[in-house]
Amino acid sequence: MTRPDVSGTTPGPRTWRKPSFIANPVLRYGLWLVVLVYLIWAFGSLPFNWERIAEGLPRAARIFGSGFPPSFERGGLLLTGFKESFQIAILATLLGVALSIPFAVMAARNIAPLPIYLFGRAVIIVSRSFHPVIVAILFVAAVGFGPLAGVLTLTLYSIGFVGKLLAEEIEEIDWGQVEAMKATGAGYFSILVYAVFPQILPRQVGLSMYQLDSNLRASAVVGIVGAGGIGGTLMNAFGRYDYDFAFAILLIIIAVILVSEGISGWVRKKIW
Amino acid sequence: MLEISKLVKRYGNDEPVLQDLDLVVEGSSVVSIVGASGAGKSTMLRCINRLVEPTSGSIRLNGNELVKLRGAALRRARRKIGMVFQGFNLIDRLTVMENVLAGRLGYVSLYQAISRRYPREDIERAFTLMERVGIAHYANKRADELSGGERQRVGVVRALMQEPEILLADEPTASLDPRTSEQIMMLLQSLASELSLPVLINIHNVAQAKAYTERIVGLRHGKMIFDGAPSDFNKDALDAIYGGIEAPEEELAAEPDKAEPRVPHDET
Amino acid sequence: MVDRTEALADRIWHRYDRKERLIRYAVLLVTVMVVYWAVRDIDIFWPWVWDAPNQISSLGARMWPPDPRRLEQIIGAMIETVHIATLATMLTIFIALPVSYIAAQNTTPNRACLWLGRFILVSSRSVNTIIWALLFVAIFGPGVLAGILAIMFRSIGFIGKLMGEAIEEIDRRPVEAMEATGASKLKVIAYAVVPQVMPAFFAIVILRWDINIRESTVLGLVGAGGIGVLLQGSIDTFAWPTVATILIAIIILVLFGEAITSILRRKVI
Repeated sequence: MTRPDVSGTTPGPRTWRKPSFIANPVLRYGLWLVVLVYLIWAFGSLPFNWERIAEGLPRAARIFGSGFPPSFERGGLLLTGFKESFQIAILATLLGVALSIPFAVMAARNIAPLPIYLFGRAVIIVSRSFHPVIVAILFVAAVGFGPLAGVLTLTLYSIGFVGKLLAEEIEEIDWGQVEAMKATGAGYFSILVYAVFPQILPRQVGLSMYQLDSNLRASAVVGIVGAGGIGGTLMNAFGRYDYDFAFAILLIIIAVILVSEGISGWVRKKIW
Repeated sequence: MLEISKLVKRYGNDEPVLQDLDLVVEGSSVVSIVGASGAGKSTMLRCINRLVEPTSGSIRLNGNELVKLRGAALRRARRKIGMVFQGFNLIDRLTVMENVLAGRLGYVSLYQAISRRYPREDIERAFTLMERVGIAHYANKRADELSGGERQRVGVVRALMQEPEILLADEPTASLDPRTSEQIMMLLQSLASELSLPVLINIHNVAQAKAYTERIVGLRHGKMIFDGAPSDFNKDALDAIYGGIEAPEEELAAEPDKAEPRVPHDET
Repeated sequence: MVDRTEALADRIWHRYDRKERLIRYAVLLVTVMVVYWAVRDIDIFWPWVWDAPNQISSLGARMWPPDPRRLEQIIGAMIETVHIATLATMLTIFIALPVSYIAAQNTTPNRACLWLGRFILVSSRSVNTIIWALLFVAIFGPGVLAGILAIMFRSIGFIGKLMGEAIEEIDRRPVEAMEATGASKLKVIAYAVVPQVMPAFFAIVILRWDINIRESTVLGLVGAGGIGVLLQGSIDTFAWPTVATILIAIIILVLFGEAITSILRRKVI
């Protein structure tokens, strides 16, 4: 980056301008042009249905009008939905956190042989690339509607997230402990158990709490595509224009998420 | 002329930090304010430009009462009061020139401030002052690339850009090494006489206070207990100010040191 | 006297230790009971579980080989997905910055604004993108506008919260210095706050753009535009090889997004 040097020798009035972030003017204006062209292209190519959008405001008024006050009349349905969401989140966290350990070992370059490393990484990358809702539709297609698809989805989601962070943790462990175990003549699995796992355990506990919280959030949405839990109830309420019930569900979802975030944050602070 | 009378500052219901303080600074004199930590030096300076709200009392600068000012009137008064800080308080990610020009913020419009299109006279003044203190060649360097002494020079120039009627310096040398802090004190002293500007310097270092200022004011527990020429500032006065708190006895005679361990721009 | 207090401290220490151990056992017991309840009570037909591996592998077999015939349409939908994410991220900035400003304790004008800001952030964050999409599809009908609004409404909370934290963490001293020059509130913000939060701002926006690319792939499942519309259509018509192509395209898109964000991060910060 070249900055014009202001010499103090020239007499008379001097000028100063802020040196630009991008020194080259061609590049600088070029970048603005690129942004402008992109915006025109993006707005021009997106299919907006203006007639339908124009109906939006009266519709919004109608939706919010019939949505307030939220109705808790069908409390039983609400309770069943949330119960199922909790169960999905708990089971998926348990399975996902347990399974993330072998996948993390596979995906850690320093302790896994290359072919296994590539396999482990691929599993983690694939499970992180897909939004849980997409995974959920596929599982619904494979194993049918219901919480089973939800549990499978969130298990895969947990493996992707916890596995990735855990693999990074394993790659950063103190190698001295591993060498000490090797020196005693320990085998591969004893080294894992004695020299690797103790080092990643504290992180694992914190991650599990975090994952339980984010699984609970996700379990509220996988139901939208039929994978069980409160999401299905919400989708039905929207589908049948029961906006007062839908808003009741939304309020409870927000409340549950806030409480769960608070608890998970508090527990992680206690543990760390 | 700065006239402070019956200045009181009290935080909550605690013992007041400043108790009925009276101080008059006339002409272009350099006054140092000495006292132990917590004696109220910093609070007093910040009451003058109202970064700290005085509880009661009166502060008049060239006849204008500062204590009652609000909003735009307060801002207009503040731009006539330059301030130099212990931690330099520069905006690290902006260039030296932008930091210097920030001293004109009270004068320029919001558009000029944001687009950095300052009037030509301001830029001229900035270059002149930067040349005076020897930092003009850094104009387009980022402020955090400079050394401590250079950063404090930027701070001083920023304060002078305000065309102040008085300069306040809050421990301007406490974050600097001994040699650099001598240079800054010398600079403040000579600038005061060149620009015929009254300067109030809070200072921990008694030796520097005696060497570079014309008048010493001693504070203890928010009360003025010494006011006189440096030649009158003897062992008794030192004991009265610092006695029983902490006795930096060597400071009376020896090295200007005690750069406080805090070097603020490294904290970020 | 000294001895006794020491002994007392000792005894308290032991008791506390035992209490902690009790808590640990209690936590373990509660966890086991909760898991037991979840397994027994959940509405799962267990024979299906044992059959699930078969079903999943048979679905996989039906997907193979991927069918590239609708590739052109898929690429078009992918570009639409990126547009939704990018435009929504850009537009979010204009709303999220003022909200973060009033939701940061050190810049908020007054208590009412602080709580208003926090309320906006919390409600935005607690409602998932796809639920926002459901709401906007109901209002504005199916299409990209609902998608853009859904992504925006979720991103406001994310960007606003992190920017608010960045503002709360700034160094107070330049602010004080700017106030001392007689600068007005807006000038103080322009000089002392904005430069300090700039790096955080770029990092947060880039991070959110990456997340938004992922989120916008599912908007179509509720009718809010992007690749999801095509995915839903293919699943409904049992066109599994096309589904496979779409899934591969999504992986490529997400990896592409990650590559761009890591380049941007290195360039800008």
